[in-house]
Amino acid sequence: MGKTVAEKIFDTHVVDRPAADVWILRLDAVFCHEITTPTAILDLMRKGRDRVFDPSKIKAVIDHVTPAKDSNTALQGKILRDWARRHRITDFFDVGRNGVCHVLFPEQGFVRPGYTVIMGDSHTCTDGAFGAFTPGVGTTDLAVGILKGVGAFRTPRTMKIRLVGQLRPGVFAKDVILSIIGRIGMNGATHRIVEFDGPVVAAMNMDARMTLCNMTVEAGGTCGICYPDEITADYLWEFIRDGYPDRAAAVTAFRRWWPDPDAVYEEVVVHDVSEVEPVTTFGWKPDNVKPVREMQGTPIEQVFIGSCTNGRLDDLRSAARVLKGRKIHPHVRAIVCPTTTQIYAQALAEGLIQIFLDAGFCVTNPTCGPCLGMSTGVLAEGEVCASTSNRNFNGRMGRGGMVHLMSPATAAASALAGHIQNSELFNG
Amino acid sequence: MKSFGGSVLFLNRPDINTDEIIPAKYLTEIEREALKPYLFEDLKLDGFAPHRDIPGREVIISRANFGCGSSREHAPWALEANGIRLVIAESFARIFRQNMFNCGLLAVELPAETIDRLFTEFAHRATVATADVARSVLAIRADGRAEEILFTLAEFDRALVEAGGWLEYADTNY
Ligand code: SF4
Repeated sequence: MGKTVAEKIFDTHVVDRPAADVWILRLDAVFCHEITTPTAILDLMRKGRDRVFDPSKIKAVIDHVTPAKDSNTALQGKILRDWARRHRITDFFDVGRNGVCHVLFPEQGFVRPGYTVIMGDSHTCTDGAFGAFTPGVGTTDLAVGILKGVGAFRTPRTMKIRLVGQLRPGVFAKDVILSIIGRIGMNGATHRIVEFDGPVVAAMNMDARMTLCNMTVEAGGTCGICYPDEITADYLWEFIRDGYPDRAAAVTAFRRWWPDPDAVYEEVVVHDVSEVEPVTTFGWKPDNVKPVREMQGTPIEQVFIGSCTNGRLDDLRSAARVLKGRKIHPHVRAIVCPTTTQIYAQALAEGLIQIFLDAGFCVTNPTCGPCLGMSTGVLAEGEVCASTSNRNFNGRMGRGGMVHLMSPATAAASALAGHIQNSELFNG
Repeated sequence: MKSFGGSVLFLNRPDINTDEIIPAKYLTEIEREALKPYLFEDLKLDGFAPHRDIPGREVIISRANFGCGSSREHAPWALEANGIRLVIAESFARIFRQNMFNCGLLAVELPAETIDRLFTEFAHRATVATADVARSVLAIRADGRAEEILFTLAEFDRALVEAGGWLEYADTNY
């Protein structure tokens, strides 16, 4: 019987089977940020276990609140910083060279096809875009990962979502994944790994594939997976070039992490993207999804372009295309957050930052910031935000605030209009 | 092993998410006890008032997809800080469920019909529920009514509960 990608990764990483449906896997990397890691560090210290299994496989960043906004967040940063220094974790990214974890770590080449990666963050599912198994976990799983380099997982169950058809102009990976969540529901992939397959995914660049995988957890999924190919090899080339004679050899080696043709899936969903138009959410659940057309005219107070879903270079480019030479509506405040230092520098070099500034945007440093209502853009009671992030839960961006999720192009068009609005990139 | 039982808090809604269990703004706390006053602060549910309804409760009974959303283990910590070590629901989000067992807490799944019945028969009464982990039996009592319900507990989850959590288990075994 053929195997899925996750089954192949499990087979090559298993160290123990303590029960029929439980796999203890060796971890290739453990990622850490300052919100969920400090308690793990303190727990390990209290138990007299202040050790790390392999400092070269642990990567850490301060990203959720950076620079620190108060004494609590300063302490969280300090605990992580001191710990990284104490254990000689050299891949530690502090303010000035940091970025949102799920953008930064792939950008640094830390995620490779066939890897097992955990992080104390639910959107670690993003990293599956490289053909890896990358579940988000809690603090205790993280503590065990740090100490022992292993994680416990259930026998993988996989669903395949096959994307066919042709994306219309002005429709992006964000619209595709929102339309999928709207279709299968916020419980539609619970306890499952989601393989994204088909010609549409094959044509997507890594930024778009990461956007797609990023929101699998909004459907309950353990992680998304895209098959590693030429596009993956190009993205990773500067990090992997010593390992292969040429790119073609890398692509051939990556084939090991493709599913067998006779792999068995719990469910196969075929999703025709030709039918997808720009969409947005309404209400407090990510599966409440409607065409932007039907939400047109909904007044907004704030726009946020950023987050691990849509704060990459491609996202800034598509927003800037809509904004170029125009000004945002006077009743709207707009925030754009390039999600890593490198993306910021590149956006500056390409003139994107100037376009945002001319339009009246506030440009922030790389941070999660507004996405989870922690800093740099918290909503007041009753305020509405058009956001490119991934969660519209009640209170997510501030108590009593409402969040509508959408693509960067739609968010930019909404900033100009002062209400939810389709961009001109979409011609209806 | 911890003990699992006590007065029940009924939360009659599916998809109760981790932002509702403990809002992100409190994730800047590094000590579990500090989360205690903020449990369910943002939960919107008819007739529910956190400061009135949480004290004294040690068990939650709720609907499908409990604990969806973020990976924050602060959600089970906030429950435990308030003395709640047992959650009974129709289903759980993966990470939340895993976090419960990793902390040595108990997450029990029951079929939708059983959950429905518990809501109809017990939600309006002062109810006490106790889980017997060794026998996989849930005892539910309210003025004059009492019933026992069998639940399934996977072998590995039981081992985690008995060990007091995943860190303890892993430290002994790996
Ligand atoms: S950008 Fe938002 S969703 Fe992504 S890691 Fe940061 S807080 Fe989480």
